Amino acid sequence: MTGIEREVVIVGAGPAGISAACVVAETGRSALLIDDNPSPGGQIWREQDRHGSDWQASHWLRRMHLYRVDVMSGATVIDGDPGRRAIVCETANSVSTIRYKKLILATGARELFLPFPGWTLPNVMGAGGLQALVKSGMPISGKRVVVAGSGPLLLAVGAYLKGQGARVLAIAEQASWSRLARFGLGLPKQPYKLAETWQLKRALFRVPYRAGAWVEAALGGTVLERVRLRVSHRYWEAPCDYLAVGYGLVPNIELAVSLGCQLSGGCVQVDSMQQTSVPDILCAGETTGIGGVELALMEGRIAGFSAIGDRLNAQWLFSDRERFRRFARRLQKAFTLREELRHLPSEETLVCRCEDVSYRRIAPMSGWRAAKLHTRCGMGPCQGRVCGPAAEFLFGWNCQSARPPVFPARIDSLIEHVDK
Amino acid sequence: MADSVWISIDELPVEVEHGTTVAAAILKSDTAGFRRSVTGKWRGPVCGMGICFECRVTINGQPHRRSCLVYCESGMMVRTK
Ligand SMILES: Cc1cc2nc3c(=O)[nH]c(=O)nc-3n(C[C@H](O)[C@H](O)[C@H](O)COP(=O)(O)OP(=O)(O)OC[C@H]3O[C@@H](n4cnc5c(N)ncnc54)[C@H](O)[C@@H]3O)c2cc1C
Ligand code: FES
Repeated sequence: MTGIEREVVIVGAGPAGISAACVVAETGRSALLIDDNPSPGGQIWREQDRHGSDWQASHWLRRMHLYRVDVMSGATVIDGDPGRRAIVCETANSVSTIRYKKLILATGARELFLPFPGWTLPNVMGAGGLQALVKSGMPISGKRVVVAGSGPLLLAVGAYLKGQGARVLAIAEQASWSRLARFGLGLPKQPYKLAETWQLKRALFRVPYRAGAWVEAALGGTVLERVRLRVSHRYWEAPCDYLAVGYGLVPNIELAVSLGCQLSGGCVQVDSMQQTSVPDILCAGETTGIGGVELALMEGRIAGFSAIGDRLNAQWLFSDRERFRRFARRLQKAFTLREELRHLPSEETLVCRCEDVSYRRIAPMSGWRAAKLHTRCGMGPCQGRVCGPAAEFLFGWNCQSARPPVFPARIDSLIEHVDK
Repeated sequence: MADSVWISIDELPVEVEHGTTVAAAILKSDTAGFRRSVTGKWRGPVCGMGICFECRVTINGQPHRRSCLVYCESGMMVRTK
């Protein structure tokens, strides 16, 4: 076991974590960024973007190197002890305890996956999931792809896949045109976002965008062969190679919860300085509420200033943060999930993919705890990260429970941790 | 291929670009499924970011590695199930 100590330790090397680390490192203090992915950048700035067209990505990654932020990639924070101001971190072949003066949680978000018949077939993936795989080297040129689910991410994914040579057959957005129109009318107040939408429109030339449309079923023997969409009152079916479906984002709150941070509306609760309910633990980015990359960067910088006690510089950013938060709330309303999605699973559809528990077995349970106890739903390696939010949507249960370790740890990690 | 890496997937050699994850390499090799579920159904990656655990394979003898989180390295031995 190794022992490391840093003034500020940041968990999550996405936009929020990177901007926080830069603010800290620029003042000459020691900052350590820990992230479980093989390289820094989080969900949005992956390998290909770093030399590429995304100026924001190159700007922040360059700044991070310039100020010599320490980065520990391929390392998962599995547990912590706020009393001793320490966290436990696991890599493929080591475990370490890391001490901090201030800890910033910037663990981001994951996609919301909802069960429908056939969703467990290989080649049915998340929308951001397929994008991430393509960014990490999966060939997509010439493949037939249907993108479905909800939210602005579908447009970004559709445009990206088309740019990589995929044949995007359709983008199916579950929200209705009337909801989107209401959202669209508000856009001129956000010139930044509007430009982004225009750029995407050009990139998505000739890709059919269907609002009020959702996946009824994925069909195939051992792998995906066809997809069936419901488009208002009609059905649309087509053969395809990949189905990319995501219903928006869910904040990764598990680590924060296991450290004792209080939640509010399913997100980590923070004050104006990004301080959580636990002393010396701050939180920034999607973990405090889904809001996009600009908001994540803004919150990250505020958390960085907050961690070094620089209230004045943090305050300069408050009004920008508020503007992005308002926009995020509007997005959330426009893309509210429709009732019909609750009735997609058949009796045989699996809800828990780790333990193969069907809708029929879970539905009669009185709640999440009972379902876990009697069906093993949410007890597999993903620890309910996929089926928890799905059950919350399907049955209205409260599915938040995080006990250390927040990721399945190797036994030796746990033994070393207990022994220390 | 400039800057390429050779790995073996189920004992078949596959050439990928440097910076490719094992999950992406398996998808490139057209392997049908990555693993079998507890009731024996084929599964493949879903989230691409280490959350869903559906992309688990054996890498250099180490089972249950999430292949979407591991970069290919020359000579790596990958096994799907
Ligand atoms: C799959 C996906 C694809 C997306 N694609 C786009 C897109 O194309 N365009 C767009 O505008 N927005 C996209 N978004 C939204 C965008 O990613 C976010 O707005 C932005 O990245 C938020 O930044 P963040 O720093 O809060 O979190 P993230 O970028 O999510 O970074 C959090 C990081 O923390 C790591 N982490 C979490 N828990 C732990 C732990 N316990 N130990 C170690 N590391 C941990 C995660 O692996 C991740 O690298 C996407 C989101 C997702 C989930
Ligand atoms: S694809 Fe989900 S963990 Fe790898």
